Amino acid sequence: MDILSNLALGVEIALSPWTLFLAVIGCFLGTIIGALPGLGPSNGVAIMIPLTFTMGLDATAALVLLTSIYYGAMYGGRISSILLNIPGDEPALMTTLDGYPMAKQGRAGDALVISGVSSFVGALLATIGLAFLAPMLSRIAYQFGPAEYFALYLLAFSTLGGISSNNQAKAALASCFGLMIAMIGLDPNSGMPRLTGGNLHLMDGVDFLVAIVGLFAVSEVFFFIESHGKSGALGIKLDKVTVPWRDIWNTRWTMLRSSILGFVAGVLPGAGASLGSFMTYMMEKSIAGEKGGFGTGAVKGVAAPEAGNNAAAGGALVPMLTLGVPGSGTTAVLLAVLMTLNITPGPTLFTDRPDVVWGLIASLLIANFVLLAMNVPMVKVFVKVLQVPPAVLMPGVTMISFVGIYSLTGSYFDLLLVVAFGVMGYVLRKLDIPTVPVIMGILLGNAMEKSLRDAMVLSDGEWTYLFGSAISTGLIIAAVLGFIAPIFLRRYLTKPQRVSD
Amino acid sequence: MTRLTDRIFGLVTILVAFMYIMNATQIQASFLSDPVGSKTFPIIVALVAVICGGVMILRPDEEPDWPEGMTLLSIGISVALLIAYSYALKPMGFMIPTAIVAGAISYQISPRPRFAAIAGIGLSVGLFILFKFILGLGLTGLPKGMGF
Repeated sequence: MDILSNLALGVEIALSPWTLFLAVIGCFLGTIIGALPGLGPSNGVAIMIPLTFTMGLDATAALVLLTSIYYGAMYGGRISSILLNIPGDEPALMTTLDGYPMAKQGRAGDALVISGVSSFVGALLATIGLAFLAPMLSRIAYQFGPAEYFALYLLAFSTLGGISSNNQAKAALASCFGLMIAMIGLDPNSGMPRLTGGNLHLMDGVDFLVAIVGLFAVSEVFFFIESHGKSGALGIKLDKVTVPWRDIWNTRWTMLRSSILGFVAGVLPGAGASLGSFMTYMMEKSIAGEKGGFGTGAVKGVAAPEAGNNAAAGGALVPMLTLGVPGSGTTAVLLAVLMTLNITPGPTLFTDRPDVVWGLIASLLIANFVLLAMNVPMVKVFVKVLQVPPAVLMPGVTMISFVGIYSLTGSYFDLLLVVAFGVMGYVLRKLDIPTVPVIMGILLGNAMEKSLRDAMVLSDGEWTYLFGSAISTGLIIAAVLGFIAPIFLRRYLTKPQRVSD
Repeated sequence: MTRLTDRIFGLVTILVAFMYIMNATQIQASFLSDPVGSKTFPIIVALVAVICGGVMILRPDEEPDWPEGMTLLSIGISVALLIAYSYALKPMGFMIPTAIVAGAISYQISPRPRFAAIAGIGLSVGLFILFKFILGLGLTGLPKGMGF
């Protein structure tokens, strides 16, 4: 078995004391980051990236640390969803729908344990799925030429808004903003500067880390100023945490179904984790029917989105590692990590750097068990974190973001850009324009343009070449359908809105 | 005219996209040419942005709740402070600007002067120790010639 020997290599790397230490630290930090209201997986990992690089970790170590933080934040996110009704990021929204009502009924401890166990089931199954599917997909990915890659990028951008956005035009606009920003700087083919407006600082282009930190972390500060930190009041008391074995046993099929569906949703490029938690919640709601009591504190309503969300997080790593196309906001952030480490994701990653890929997969498996141990027996430790007042937390986050970027680039101009992206993020989020596509545009813009130009070089300018193979034609059709379908589906599938007190 | 925000934003988007296209047409061609060239892709993307801006003008969403008066002012002040911080970090060192800006942001979030002052100084010293001595980043703590 090929996969077993690969995993053995991975486990060897993952079990080295240093890597193991980083994984545990990452899980711990990640859970705290996820639990803190106002910080979620994407902005949490975003502010950690510059710090990790300035610490001078090597590729495997940095990747293990940051993905453990990522997985940890996915686990931790449920704590603020359930206890405060504040989702750390988009996918966590579904957990608030039944988790918060459950907590208000005095079952906060049960909700936390059930969601912790379902996170574990989802993430574990997804990591196993990743270990099997990624090598297979990477073999298919060898058949991808520039035309196929261009079609794949198109698919990723057109499905990004998807069901989770309320307005397709706004989702598309966000992608355009990202792509337009990505074009600034030196043209990769000719080496000539373009669209810099003559500004020397813009010659190198806009660093995606600057955009990520600004859009995700700094814009959050402005929201806290607007609400005067009022949303952070902990109104729920958490007494003894016991394990509700019966509820866990009763939700076993829910967890399993949601894990599989979530994983599949995560694998789709672009769609990602939000789709995973949304679809699993809707599926379980319709299976349970009226009697299921979804929206009023149903146990399955907590288990389904958490299993789906974490499974999607694992699934989203598949297209990210094999094709270099992330499936969600947070995998976009992880892609940024890889690109900064000079690791190009894609099919060759599996043959050239098996240590990175399999070390990562094995670390994720181990991290899952560490996270289960941290998040079920030790959950009260992390609940304490919720008491950090926003008036200390948010200035702290801002300063960490600024120092992170400054120590990475050493340029005041990048700090100004962070502020500009912060303001931009605030305005976009006010207007209900999603910010994840902006990040994806900045990250993938140059690769997308390059694939188009390479395709045209191969075909000598013949545009029909883009439809030359079955794969590319299929992907383009999927992209068009993926963009149009939600416009019509939205009439029948309304996104559940947040529960209000 | 109701739902003004989306319409204004759509209009601004269209104007920016046209400026972007104007700028893109000025890109110098290089001797290393390919069939697509440096201009085409940016222009296509900007044209899609124009269409999206048009849709926003024609079919705007509900008006968002914009902050009013004092809140808007405190966000404005925070932005100005962060800009000043960007310029100050290099010549002034880490500790003094951080204490001022962190304290000021803390005050904007929850207006308790003593708490904000302690939060600012605490964050400044705490983060400096974390960055400098635990994570080993090359920061200067104070302006040149004042130690650290």
